[in-house]
Amino acid sequence: MSLLDIRNLSVRFGDADAPPVVDGLDLSVDRGEVLAIVGESGSGKSVTMMALMGLIDPPGVVSADRLAFAGQDLLSLKGKQRRRLIGKDLAMVFQDPMTALNPSYTVGYQIEEVLRAHLGLKGRAARERALALLEQVEIPAAASRLDAYPHQLSGGMSQRVAIAMAIAAEPQLLIADEPTTALDVTIQAQIMALLLRLQRERDMGLILITHDLAVVAETARRVCVMYAGQAVEQGEVPAIFEAPTHPYTEALLASVPEHADSRRLATLPGIVPGRYDRPEGCLLSPRCPYARPHCQTRPALMPHARGAVRCFFPRNLAAGEINPLAPGRHRRSPPKGDLHAY
Amino acid sequence: MLGFIARRFGLLIPTFFGVTLLTFALIRMIPGDPVEVMMGERRVDPELHAAAMERLGLNKPLYLQYIDYVGALLQGDLGESLRSRTSVWKEFTSLFPATLELALAALLFATTLGVLAGVIAALRRGSLLDHGVMGLSLTGYSMPIFWWGLILIMVFSVWLGWTPVSGRIDLLYDIPPVTGFMLIDTLLSGEEGAFTDALMHLILPAIVLGTIPLAVIARMTRSAMLEVMREDYVRTARAKGLSPARVVFVHGLRNALIPVLTVLGLQVGTLLAGAVLTETIFSWPGIGKWLIEAIGARDYAVVQNGILLVACLVILVNFTVDVLYGLANPRIRHQH
Repeated sequence: MSLLDIRNLSVRFGDADAPPVVDGLDLSVDRGEVLAIVGESGSGKSVTMMALMGLIDPPGVVSADRLAFAGQDLLSLKGKQRRRLIGKDLAMVFQDPMTALNPSYTVGYQIEEVLRAHLGLKGRAARERALALLEQVEIPAAASRLDAYPHQLSGGMSQRVAIAMAIAAEPQLLIADEPTTALDVTIQAQIMALLLRLQRERDMGLILITHDLAVVAETARRVCVMYAGQAVEQGEVPAIFEAPTHPYTEALLASVPEHADSRRLATLPGIVPGRYDRPEGCLLSPRCPYARPHCQTRPALMPHARGAVRCFFPRNLAAGEINPLAPGRHRRSPPKGDLHAY
Repeated sequence: MLGFIARRFGLLIPTFFGVTLLTFALIRMIPGDPVEVMMGERRVDPELHAAAMERLGLNKPLYLQYIDYVGALLQGDLGESLRSRTSVWKEFTSLFPATLELALAALLFATTLGVLAGVIAALRRGSLLDHGVMGLSLTGYSMPIFWWGLILIMVFSVWLGWTPVSGRIDLLYDIPPVTGFMLIDTLLSGEEGAFTDALMHLILPAIVLGTIPLAVIARMTRSAMLEVMREDYVRTARAKGLSPARVVFVHGLRNALIPVLTVLGLQVGTLLAGAVLTETIFSWPGIGKWLIEAIGARDYAVVQNGILLVACLVILVNFTVDVLYGLANPRIRHQH
């Protein structure tokens, strides 16, 4: 049984007819597994994790066929029962460490708060554990940092503190939402190495949200590529990097300097569609170099031997591996004339 | 922290001299002089008038009068009342506890209710409750103090008969002044019913005086809370699985109170200004009533130095708030 099992997760803000920010997402993470989620800003990566943590407030609406963590259905849990899991078994590290810590409390207090809430530790015991945690996240002179306020720490230090807070109650699953985006390049590698070491040592599940495909290639076993609230491609990491099946994944890889074939770095024109400019058919179609008339209908996420892809005309797949144009695989049947054209 | 305090203290000195200049000038801009007022309505004998003016040192050029005044101040001499011939300091200290008691009661009322109302309005943003609380606070803020006081007296004292109309305590009680705070003195005196009576006397003036600060604090708390609850660290606190109450009060309100605290310091000025009107309406024997009467009598020494003392108080309170601000907000403390 997987540690985290999400089926058909949708998150909406505002009217019921507004396009969902997260649209029918399936996701699973096993114990001790590293899953990467990649995609542009606005693709719904963070909102998905916020929904998982129960941090979506009205008017946001979260719905799912299944939102199970360690066998428990998160959606059916009452507030208090859910808070017993959140911050304990299921913890999160956020993007900007400089604003993620409360400026009014010391580092020690903010770590001890987790220990008190979830493990019942108080006083000296809590302080000793907090110190041990700071040492585990490799903060130099940890004892003197316990009484420091967040504004006295650098960004990298703050992120280490945030990580210490997140792992304080020994979570089974850690979500790291672009944990290095706000940091200096030199610090980024250190923080990633720290997260991966902790993940291995504690055999935690780790969901890594990132822009950085190089990081994905080095760290994750599986990857989920998101675009405009939908998963467009899922699969094992080496396979996807060698032969991306979705045009969007291909474009993402082409925009990485190390992967680029030509001397000029490839870009994908346009931006992720917003609420008012969502295309009728495949959400990528206005930007897709391979779009054909058939793409005016919505493709579904279709499994194949190496993963799953949401595209009528997948790349790098041998004929017969997948039959995206078969009836029932998409919401609207394609216009007949188009079928003959291809 | 000590350097921070010293720097803030240094800023007080020019403020102090500014206040002396203002009070000195203002009272002299009012037509009429103290001798005329003391000698009554009828025409004053010019020789007597000149003699009195000379005796009081009021015939000298203004700049010399100012130098005399500041010179005396620097030696700690606040002068004596032209009317009662007792020292201004003595009169001030005997009357001040009454004002302080009233102001503290008003502040307590305004802060507890204001912070609570602000937090609730912020958490229920856009709801009927939020609009109600904010509408009421705007009404309270816009209400003239004297009118609001009279309305409350009419409803609660005259119609309902729940509270007394004026004064600090019923004439039936003879309470020896120990601390000057009626609530404490009545308890010390051991007289039965005296404490309740003093409390009943305090309620209406405290509400009247606290209304404007209450409105300001409620609005300030609401906007500060709305801002703080959107902060990343509040999301972090929620992601720790803390209870909503802990998220709101420990992580939210603690940070939202920082701007509220500053406003609170500024409100002390409003409070003392309001005390003048409130004390007059409720015949409360405090500094406000004393100053009003001194202005009527052109009692230069009392007006100048009474206002100076009140101003010093406001300055000191704001200084304290600045220091507290440093304590509440570690970022300020370490900035220097």
